[in-house]
Amino acid sequence: MQTKELINKHNFKLLSGTDLERSISNVYSCDLLSWVMAKGKNDTAWITVQTHNNILAVASLLDFSCIIIPEGIQVDQEIIDKANDQDVVMLSTPLETFEIFKILYEAGIQ
Amino acid sequence: MQSYYKDENNVAMKLHFDVIKDDFSRAGEASSKIKNTLRQLAIDANLLRRIAIATYEAEINLVIHSFGGTIEVYIKPDCVEIYVEDCGPGIENVERAMTKGFSTATSIAREMGFGAGMGLPNMEKVSDEFAIESQLDIGTQIKMVVKY
Repeated sequence: MQTKELINKHNFKLLSGTDLERSISNVYSCDLLSWVMAKGKNDTAWITVQTHNNILAVASLLDFSCIIIPEGIQVDQEIIDKANDQDVVMLSTPLETFEIFKILYEAGIQ
Repeated sequence: MQSYYKDENNVAMKLHFDVIKDDFSRAGEASSKIKNTLRQLAIDANLLRRIAIATYEAEINLVIHSFGGTIEVYIKPDCVEIYVEDCGPGIENVERAMTKGFSTATSIAREMGFGAGMGLPNMEKVSDEFAIESQLDIGTQIKMVVKY
């Protein structure tokens, strides 16, 4: 699945970044950054409720496909600007984590 | 555990970064710069990832726990060596600090998702060689080696 499918088919909102052709092969959800550093793989869609700028460093250091901010949590413009500077794809959705997992599972990420 | 020793032999390139205490807004910058430099040197993606984890955890530890410190990267023909030094406060019990889940991070740091007690264990896990020495009121020194 490509990142843009979440936007086009599932109404996820694009907050930042440009690389929407990037494929998603893994999904991970966790808000403890060291835990994510230890477990995150390439091409991961990472779901987190953290919205400070350190999530950008984690996503870019680990080459994640995108960060998904669930439950309509607001992200400050400052962080969105920084994400654009680092070209990190950040998506937002009103859905809860479990609903996001279901979409990605049904799209073949299993 | 190995002892901390800076090996100045065969260094092809040296990188040096200062990391400031409590500067969460810039935490991760040094690690990103290190990763970009190493990527330009065409270092293997898996190694790049291990080095990124090692430097990021070290950088976050310096921001959260230290009075400030430095990260130095020695790029060598057969490995990358990472040296992390700070100017205190030192770790009271290194063995406990190395235990997964043990953390002395503040509640503010924990709310940001730091302080999982995984930093040092992650650093050790991704390194082929790992050395840590710490003295209370003096500081902590960490050496990590990632071999090609």
